[in-house]
Amino acid sequence: MTVAVFFGCSFIAFGPAFALFIFTIARDPLRVIILIAGAFFWLLSLLLSSLVWFIAMKASNDKDQQLQRGLLIFGVMFSVLLQEVFRFAYYKLLRKASEGLAALSEDERSPISVQQMAYVAGLGFGIMSGAFSMINILADSLGPGIVGIHGESQYYFLTSAFMTMAVTLLHTFWGVVFFDGCENRRWWVIAVVVALHLLVSGLTFLNPIYEGSLPPAYVILVSMAVWSFFSCGGSLQNIQQFLTCRKNDAGSEVAS
Amino acid sequence: MPWRFDAFEAYKFCAAVPSVHRRTIASVPRYFHTLVASRTTHLGTLTPLRLVTSAHRCPIASVPRCFNTLSASSLLNITFMNTSGSEEEFCNERTSLMTTESPPLSSYHVETGISSLEDTQTKARCPITNESNNREARHEGVSVERDSTADSEDEEMSLKYGAKHVIMLFVPVTLCMIVVIATIKSVSFYTEKGGQLIYTPFTEDTTSVGQRLLNSVLNTLIMISVIVVMTIFLVVLYKYRCYKFIHGWLILSSLMLLFWFSFMYLGEVFKTYNVAMDYPTLALVIWNFGAVGMVCIHWKGPLQLQQAYLIMISALMALVFIKYLPEWSAWVILGAISVYDLIAVLCPKGPLRMLVETAQERNEPIFPALIYSSAMIWMVGMTEHSAVQQPSHQETNSDEEVGQSHHDNTEDNRNMVVPETEVHGAQSRTTSAVELEEERGIKLGLGDFIFYSVLVGKASATASGDWNTTLACFVAILIGLCLTLLLLAIFKKALPALPISITFGLVFYFSTDNLVRPFMDNLAAHQFYI
Repeated sequence: MTVAVFFGCSFIAFGPAFALFIFTIARDPLRVIILIAGAFFWLLSLLLSSLVWFIAMKASNDKDQQLQRGLLIFGVMFSVLLQEVFRFAYYKLLRKASEGLAALSEDERSPISVQQMAYVAGLGFGIMSGAFSMINILADSLGPGIVGIHGESQYYFLTSAFMTMAVTLLHTFWGVVFFDGCENRRWWVIAVVVALHLLVSGLTFLNPIYEGSLPPAYVILVSMAVWSFFSCGGSLQNIQQFLTCRKNDAGSEVAS
Repeated sequence: MPWRFDAFEAYKFCAAVPSVHRRTIASVPRYFHTLVASRTTHLGTLTPLRLVTSAHRCPIASVPRCFNTLSASSLLNITFMNTSGSEEEFCNERTSLMTTESPPLSSYHVETGISSLEDTQTKARCPITNESNNREARHEGVSVERDSTADSEDEEMSLKYGAKHVIMLFVPVTLCMIVVIATIKSVSFYTEKGGQLIYTPFTEDTTSVGQRLLNSVLNTLIMISVIVVMTIFLVVLYKYRCYKFIHGWLILSSLMLLFWFSFMYLGEVFKTYNVAMDYPTLALVIWNFGAVGMVCIHWKGPLQLQQAYLIMISALMALVFIKYLPEWSAWVILGAISVYDLIAVLCPKGPLRMLVETAQERNEPIFPALIYSSAMIWMVGMTEHSAVQQPSHQETNSDEEVGQSHHDNTEDNRNMVVPETEVHGAQSRTTSAVELEEERGIKLGLGDFIFYSVLVGKASATASGDWNTTLACFVAILIGLCLTLLLLAIFKKALPALPISITFGLVFYFSTDNLVRPFMDNLAAHQFYI
């Protein structure tokens, strides 16, 4: 509960996302707009799912702890499904916008490709999701207090930060893979993304037992990273060329 | 003709140069482009040339508001913002030049239009010609073919540049909101109850909910009627050409804002952080801050500094409103202002519309009051106005409308979103191989800064200490701004700029505070992640 905890946790939670933003998004206005619109879509999905949960909660017995916990779990699952629905809706919107931009440009090409939009949209979802999960916790970590005074875990802030980072990056990769699946009409990809999202959220139900939620989340994160890398055209050859800084057209400029 | 060169000298020093306005977002009227075009072409050999354009168009709707502001300030000893100075100075020159010189100007156009002028009006007037290597012919030809492809190119340009304009507005709006939020969260002065403005006389410390609601509605009615009255007063003043009065008022209000309000703000910050400060040092700091601010805003100054000052005074103004507007009244006022904005833009008999039309009839810019200008236009080489002559009817209309969309308010300029673009066609004279840079700026009225910041500041002050609400309102406002600009680009007609953002902001504030907050708090308590 110090400034050190505050800075440490905020860098852990938001460092990668912030770096991604600075290096790949901040320079291009169109990407910034897509990012903020992605954040907005995530926010809309959260709003609707909170509404559903709120109605369910108010309509039920306040005193029954098990019921409330059950309702919360239901709320989480519903929220995950709604997030994926909104991701699909955002995909549709971006497709339309991309077609519009392509139609109006001189060379019939959209200024931004679907893969780039997928990455930016995923990052937008991730940043907003991470911010909503973490900001109140960070604000509390600045003030006085004792962590886990009633016997809960001492590592609340740290695990929250790591989980937030995982979720943010996961949203990014899910965005890439999801859009790729929609583009190529591979519906099983979408189903897998939804299932993985449900799995990661579901694992957090184990949460004071952090061994049950954090390591699997990171395993899924790494596998999603690999999957999304290959799905948007990466290959081992690309990595080799990038690392040896060879300059051919497919070479040193790996990412975009 | 000395006056032209004087104008040119003024141009050179003006920091903020909104350029010719292109279509989608509120445009500079054609006459303005014409004026600029004529002058720059006449002085074409001089490079680089900073054109100050559009500013004069956009303030149209904001003038009433700034006027209201001024009246309010004079009554209440509350300073309001004033115009961006370099533009004002420039505008003064221009205004005086334009009012006295307008007839000669048009005749100048006519005289010289044939010879060396790429004038919008000239171009518009001249039919398609297939002349020789005459520059005008070329330009006219260019303009002709540009006219034919104008639509698609315009659209492409507008979309290509639309994103850049949106970001040019995102950054200052974000900065202003960050300043307001940081102050609200740290300096407790602005969240303490300290009395109310004279415009909101009914107290909200009542026992029953119904009474409180009634009082806030009454407060809103009073506030809005004050604004309407001030707008009408300003329109009357403008119609009867009492420019000096308005200018004096603007200067007075900005004086108060820059000195008195910033002194108060600094005092509260020192109290919060327990900094010991002696009066001589404080006097020196405030004097420097205020004097440089007056110079930057009302006269000439570096663009960044001017922008920084405008953001600071918007933030100060918003903080004053956050402190002195009671809670429910603030929300109802925000909602009412959006509705008023909608009405003022879409109804043909509104005072703002009349103001805009008067300004257009007289072919002169309205006061560059309280406009944040975001970019400078560099014209290297001759100015080719082949592309500049793009302003179409739609542009003018949208300019009007967006101008009117900035409803009156005690705040200063409303959301005058004016993209200024100097589009210099690449087909310049063959003599100059310089590709003219196409750079666009955009202007936004300070009133909109203030209202956005009031919404976000109120959200962060009163939302149970919750940061999620603040974040949600912030994103909602940015998306509203983006949508407004997009709608303007799509529909190409005036749309009110404030309502969408404020509506989104209000919806997200209430829903996040009441629905999302319990959900997220429960999730955080159990450490569930969605």
